[in-house]
Amino acid sequence: MFKRILIAAAIALAYTGPALAQNAELAKIREEIRQMKDAYEKRIQTLEKRLTEAESKAGKAESTASKAETTATTAEQSAAKAETAASSAGNRTGENAFNPAVSLILQGTFAKTSQDPNQFQITGFAPSGGEVGPPKRSFGLGETELNLSANIDPYFRGIAIASLAPEGGIGIEEAYFQTLALPQGLIVKGGRFLSGLGYLNEQHQHAWDFQDAPLVYKAFLGNQLKQDGVQLRWVAPTELFVELGAELSAGDQFPGSDRNKNGIGGSAIFGHLGGDIGVSTAWRLGTSYLQTSPRGRNYSDTDSLGGAVTNSYTGTAKLWGIDGVLKWAPNGNSTYNNFKLQGEYFRLKQDGSLTYDDTAQAVPRFSGVTCIGLCSSYLQTDQSGWYLQGVWQFYPRWRAGYRYDTLRYGTVSNGIVNNGLGPTAADFPVLANHNPTRNTLMFDFSPTEFSRIRLQLASDKSRLGVTDNQVFVQYLYSLGAHGAHKF
Amino acid sequence: MNWPGVLISAALWFAALPAYAALNVFACTPEWGALAKELGGDKANIYVATNALQDPHHVEARPSLIARARSADLVVCTGAQLEIGWLPLVLTQAGNPKIQVGQPGYFEAARLVVMLEVPALVDRSQGDVHPGGNPHIHLDPRNIAKIAAALSERMAQLDAPDADIYRARTKAFLERWQQAIVRWEKEALPLKSLVVVGYHKNMSYLYQWLGIREVGSLEPKPGLPPTTAHMSELLARLRKNPAKAVVRSAYNDPRAAEWLSENAKIPVITLPFTVGGTDKAKDLFGLFDDTLLRLLAVAK
Repeated sequence: MFKRILIAAAIALAYTGPALAQNAELAKIREEIRQMKDAYEKRIQTLEKRLTEAESKAGKAESTASKAETTATTAEQSAAKAETAASSAGNRTGENAFNPAVSLILQGTFAKTSQDPNQFQITGFAPSGGEVGPPKRSFGLGETELNLSANIDPYFRGIAIASLAPEGGIGIEEAYFQTLALPQGLIVKGGRFLSGLGYLNEQHQHAWDFQDAPLVYKAFLGNQLKQDGVQLRWVAPTELFVELGAELSAGDQFPGSDRNKNGIGGSAIFGHLGGDIGVSTAWRLGTSYLQTSPRGRNYSDTDSLGGAVTNSYTGTAKLWGIDGVLKWAPNGNSTYNNFKLQGEYFRLKQDGSLTYDDTAQAVPRFSGVTCIGLCSSYLQTDQSGWYLQGVWQFYPRWRAGYRYDTLRYGTVSNGIVNNGLGPTAADFPVLANHNPTRNTLMFDFSPTEFSRIRLQLASDKSRLGVTDNQVFVQYLYSLGAHGAHKF
Repeated sequence: MNWPGVLISAALWFAALPAYAALNVFACTPEWGALAKELGGDKANIYVATNALQDPHHVEARPSLIARARSADLVVCTGAQLEIGWLPLVLTQAGNPKIQVGQPGYFEAARLVVMLEVPALVDRSQGDVHPGGNPHIHLDPRNIAKIAAALSERMAQLDAPDADIYRARTKAFLERWQQAIVRWEKEALPLKSLVVVGYHKNMSYLYQWLGIREVGSLEPKPGLPPTTAHMSELLARLRKNPAKAVVRSAYNDPRAAEWLSENAKIPVITLPFTVGGTDKAKDLFGLFDDTLLRLLAVAK
């Protein structure tokens, strides 16, 4: 800009002076302009040079900074590595190096029920002795489960699951060894373990899709069948999953009873088939059979006047069932959406004798000499039940589910009632003819695979003539070692 | 009740149909299946437990997996607790002593490489952390080379009569692989210092190899799904320090990546992540060819 003004001024001057003087003057001016131009150009070049220099210095500084950063990160990383290496080395040499994997399940409920949970019964079905009732009203702590597992040696693995009851006391859910090194697809388990019967039975309660067990599990398996005994499984060397299993046990849990007898109290066999349909669907079908011989398996009831009675059954109990589960997820990726359909059917047949005992009453109505032959007679039952449930993960972490439950009273042939001389049907209110049903809705939210909060709504017609409307809010948390869940 | 009879005859019928091959390989993820195929050729009968569209963290111990593990001679998995949610169950239920942890038939790839992102703090408050470090080791081809050498020896050990075949195939594979690495590194020069946003921290080994900088993840913490709060925070950060692209794996939900793409005005790159993740990622070479191709499309 400045230069242009100068040039313009110079040109203007060049046209104003006299001719001669003009020539000399012009040359002088031209020379001055040239000098000025040169000087400015030099200055501009110097400035430009300085600018580039400054720029490259800045760039260098920047790259040095980033290098320093990288070095710092690398240093940090190697420090972290050294730390982990040190800590893992420390872990490996310490006495605790062989500590088993430890995990803990925390659970609890907030419950609202329209009927008294303490009066719960499944009318029409002999009580199974398990904790089958709804959780206590208001806030209630569930069982805290402590799980320890590790390989014992190259041949065995050991697992113990203790349940810490909210009222105090420790129960042993499972405590068993399992073989690792048997050939030919054979696996032996021994100790106390969840029976391979059915589908849901082998899943831990905290892995169930509903807060409680289906009615058929409550009525026929005391919630969940745990066997004290041994189990043999065989997996076939085929692409189709084929698994056969057999169990021998003390048979002291319902439908069996503690017999105080040598030998084997109960036995079970089961078979499973499973596979994939394409990449999106997986399935498993199973069938199982359980046989046991309870001796003096008793339950409390009230007679027609409200007096306390104890009924005791001795005979055989045979349970068979079929189960099926189908899981679907688009491309087998269950993270976003998935669907699970599962159902089971069980049929329990019993053949033996029932003894009616009201001697605990101040003035027994039947017991004593008059009752011989009247208070003890045959009992034959043929009862069944099934459930079907579907659970849909409609959004990552969110699931909704529905379950339909029912039990069929079937036939109950009670010799005491049939001979008509002693206690009547009214004296066996628990065995009254009733087909229980239940409808259950479930919604749950699982922030991670280690936490879950569930809302469950149920309309439960387990009791004759009454509907129990239930609302449960349940939480389930898993901490410690990463557990793996069965299919 | 004739159940025992029925079950036994069914058992015998199925037992008569075993699968014959020199070496039955059970690969946990597609990349190890593809590697075992390169090294074993027709000597190895390979079953891949998961596909590229499945999240390798969330797989179930399906009956089909137990059935395949029953007849496996070699289980090839990543380790570093990637498969902890399902593999232990498959191993204990399959009744196969050959593939138990510590046996020659159990191969963990992560033991052979230098692990990145080993957490200083092993606590689940940090999300789904793996105490051994980031388990997605296969996206650095130099790791594949290390693992190939060890896996080949293991296959040779288990199937001794065919040992020379495995070694010869591995030698040929590694030659081709080293040439490919040189080519990929040359092709990938424009990717140096490329700034991207990821979905899950499952590309760290790829980024470290190529010098790509990952400045954020859609997951607020590893394993947690993207949240609105985290996404808007990420978007605000990107407005100040822009990234060139948002990168997701084929198995990740596209919605979060698309949202960020629209709002930050940067493209989404869907990488195959593993063999089978895209049409072109048919084998390990295709996996890296296609990965680079997709990244270069944005870097130019």
